Amino acid sequence: MSLADHPSAHADAPTSPAGVDLASRLRVWTTTVDHKRVGIMYVLMAVVFLVIGGVEAVAMRIQLWSSDLEIISPDVFNQLFTMHGTTMVFFVGMPILIGIGNYVVPLMIGARDMAFPRLNALGFWVTLFGGMLTYFSLATGGAPAIGWFAYAPLTETTFARSAAVDFWALGLIVAGIGTVTAAMNFVATILAMRAPGMTLNKIPFFTWTMLWTSVQILIAVPPLTAALVMVLFDRELGAHFFDVQNGGSAMLWQHLFWFFGHPEVYILILPVFGMVSEIIPVFSRKVLFGYEFMAAATMAIAFISLGVWAHHMFAVGLSRQVDLFFIVASLLVSIPTGIKFFNWLATMFGGRIWFASPMLFCFGFLSMFLIGGLTGIMLALAPFDFQLTDSYFVVGHFHWVLIGGTLFGTFAGIHYWYPKVTGRMLSERLAHWQFWLLYIGFFVTFAPMHVAGMLGMPRRIFSYEPDRAWEIWNQLATIGALIQAPSYLIFVYNLVSSYRHGKIAGDDPWDAWTLEWTTSSPPPSYNFEKIPTVHSRRPLWDAKHPDDPDWQYE
Amino acid sequence: MNQQNDYYQTAGGPATTLPVPPDIAPEHTLNAHEWGMLSFLFSEVAFFSTLIVAYVTLHNDNLSGPTSEVLSLPLAVATTSLLLASSFTVHLATHALGHGRASLFSLWWTLTIALGIAFLAGTAYEWYGLVVHDGLTVSRNLFGSTFYTLVGFHALHVSGGVVAMLIILGLSLTEAIGQAESTGARMVSWYWHFVDVVWIVVFTVVYLA
Repeated sequence: MSLADHPSAHADAPTSPAGVDLASRLRVWTTTVDHKRVGIMYVLMAVVFLVIGGVEAVAMRIQLWSSDLEIISPDVFNQLFTMHGTTMVFFVGMPILIGIGNYVVPLMIGARDMAFPRLNALGFWVTLFGGMLTYFSLATGGAPAIGWFAYAPLTETTFARSAAVDFWALGLIVAGIGTVTAAMNFVATILAMRAPGMTLNKIPFFTWTMLWTSVQILIAVPPLTAALVMVLFDRELGAHFFDVQNGGSAMLWQHLFWFFGHPEVYILILPVFGMVSEIIPVFSRKVLFGYEFMAAATMAIAFISLGVWAHHMFAVGLSRQVDLFFIVASLLVSIPTGIKFFNWLATMFGGRIWFASPMLFCFGFLSMFLIGGLTGIMLALAPFDFQLTDSYFVVGHFHWVLIGGTLFGTFAGIHYWYPKVTGRMLSERLAHWQFWLLYIGFFVTFAPMHVAGMLGMPRRIFSYEPDRAWEIWNQLATIGALIQAPSYLIFVYNLVSSYRHGKIAGDDPWDAWTLEWTTSSPPPSYNFEKIPTVHSRRPLWDAKHPDDPDWQYE
Repeated sequence: MNQQNDYYQTAGGPATTLPVPPDIAPEHTLNAHEWGMLSFLFSEVAFFSTLIVAYVTLHNDNLSGPTSEVLSLPLAVATTSLLLASSFTVHLATHALGHGRASLFSLWWTLTIALGIAFLAGTAYEWYGLVVHDGLTVSRNLFGSTFYTLVGFHALHVSGGVVAMLIILGLSLTEAIGQAESTGARMVSWYWHFVDVVWIVVFTVVYLA
C-alpha cells in the first residue's frame, strides 16, 4: 500500500548521494525554488534564531535571580529584551509557521509547488537577510534598547544616537517584505492551485488557517512597514512624525504599531490552530468536529483581530468610549476561540486517543493555551489592565499564549510532519523528554511571573530592591528557564540525530487522511506524479476505504 | 474510478460493489497570477492607508512654515487628469491585446507610459516650486514630512509602473507577445489602475480638503 514504488519517486529526494561535495550541495540549496526546500530553510532559520533568542532570555533570567544583582548592565539588559522580543516574533514565530506552511500546503492541496516558486525563494532570503540586518545593529556598539514595540520618541535620534535603531528598522522592513510576498503566495496557491474537486469547503483545515493568516499579514504588516519608514525618515531626513517637540505624535506610533501588533498575535496563532486541527483528528481517529463552525470561527478571529489593537493602549488614557469599544471587541474574540476549543474537545470525545508525540504536544497546547486565553480575558478589561499594565503579569500572559499556544502547537506540527520531510521518525523517547521538560519548565518560569506582576513588579526592569517580596518569584522563574533550556537542546539534537538514525517512517506513519501522506517520504521534487482528484475532506480515507468513502456523508 | 493510485488498485473488492464518486464540476476562479496581484494590491491598500492616516492626523500640527495652502490646485488638477487619462489608455491597450492587435496595443501602451512620465514631470515641477519658492522640505514641519512621504511614495509607485510598462514594451517590440507577456501586461494594467485609484484618494485628501 505505498506510492513509493513509483519508479521515480525517490529520484529527487532531497538527500544528496555520497560523493557530492559540499559546494554543489550548497549551490542546490541556495538556488532552489522548490517549496519543500524553501520551507525547510525557513524552519532551520527559525530554529537558529530560537536558540539565539533563548540565550538572550536565559541571560535576563540570570540577571533577575536575586535583588540588586548587576551581572548585566542596565543598558545591555535593555538591548537584551529588545532583541529577544524582536527575534522571537519576527525571526522565529513567523518564519517557522510560514516555513511549515510552505512545505505542507502545496502537498495538502495536491499542487506541485507554490504559485510563485521564485517569489517564494525571494521571500525566504529576504526574511533571512532582514534578520541578519537587525543583528548587524550590534556592529554599531550595541543593539537597540527600545523594547520590541519601540515606543516613540525612544526611537528618535535624541534618545537613540547610534545607528542601531536604523538597522533594526531596516531589518524589519526587509523581513516584512519577505513576509508579505509569502502571504501573497499562499493566497494565490490556496485559491488557484487546489487539486480538482478540492473545493474551498473541502480543503484541509491547516490550509484554511494559512489562508486567513495570509490575509491578516497582507493587512497588518504593510502598516508596520509604513510606520518604520516614518521612523527612518525622522532619523535620516529630519522628518517629524514621532518628534513630539516639533508637533509629532507619539500616540500615532502606538496606534500604528499595535494595528500591526495585535493581528500579529493571531498571525502567530491561527496556523497553529490549523496544525492542531489536523493532528487531533488523526490521533483521535475521528473527523474534525464542526468543520464549518471551525472555518467560520477562523474567519471571525481574523476580522475581529483587526479591531482590538487599542487594548494595548488602555493605560495611555484614551476616552471612556474608546476604551469600552476595545474592551467589547477584545472580549468578542473569546467567542470564536471558545468555539474552536470545544470543537477540539468534541473531536477527542469518544475517540481512540493515541499519545504519540504530536498528540502529546497538542495536549500541552490545549491545556496551556486555555490558561493564556483566560488571562487574556482578564487583561482585556480596562480596569484590570489599569492595575497590571506593563507588569510581569502581562509578561506572563503573553508568554503563556506564545509558548503555551504557538510553540507547543508548532512542536506538535513539527513532530507530525517530520517523518514526511525526512523519511524518518523522530525519537519518541527524546520527544517525551523534550515535552515534559518544556511543560514543567514553562510552568515554573511563567506562572510565578503572574504573581510577581500582581505584587507590582514592572516589566523590563533590570534589577529590583530586596524588600519587595519579588525575589522568590524571580528565582522560581529562573529555575524554570533553566529547566526549559535543555528541552530545546534535546529538540535540536532529536532533529539532527533522527535525520541519520531515526526509524524509517514510510509514506504514512500516522495512518492519516490528507494528500501529503500519499506521496513518498520525502516527497519527490514534483510532489505528485499524477495530480490527485478529491471528493471529500479526507481524500486518503476515501482511497483507503473505497467501500465506505467520506463523500457519501459530507 | 480511473485513478492511477495504488490505493485504488489494491484496496477493496470488486469494482461493481464500490460506490462511485460524483463527477467533479470544474471550478471557476481567478488564476494564480490574478490572485497574487490582488493580494499584492490589497497589501498596498494597507500601506497607503497608513500614510494617509499619518497625513490626516499630523499635517496641521505645524509649529512654523508653510501649510497645505501653498499647494496649487490647478496644477494638481492637470496632473490628475493626466493620470486619469492613462487609466483609459492602459485599458484600451489591454483590450487591443485581448483582440490580438499588437500594433494598436503598442500605441496605447506607449501613450500610457508617456502620460505616466508627464505625471511624474508635473510632480517634479510642483516639488521644485515647493522646495525653492515656499521653502517646504521634509524636515521643515509636519506638513512637509507627511506631504512628501505620501505623495512621494505614490510617485515611487508610478515610477515602478512606468519601468514595468517599459519592460513589457521592450519585449513586445523585440518579439511577438506570447501568453506570458500578455498576462504580464494585464497584471501591470491592474497595478496601474490601482495607482490611479490611490491618486484619486490622495488628491481628495491632500488637494481638495
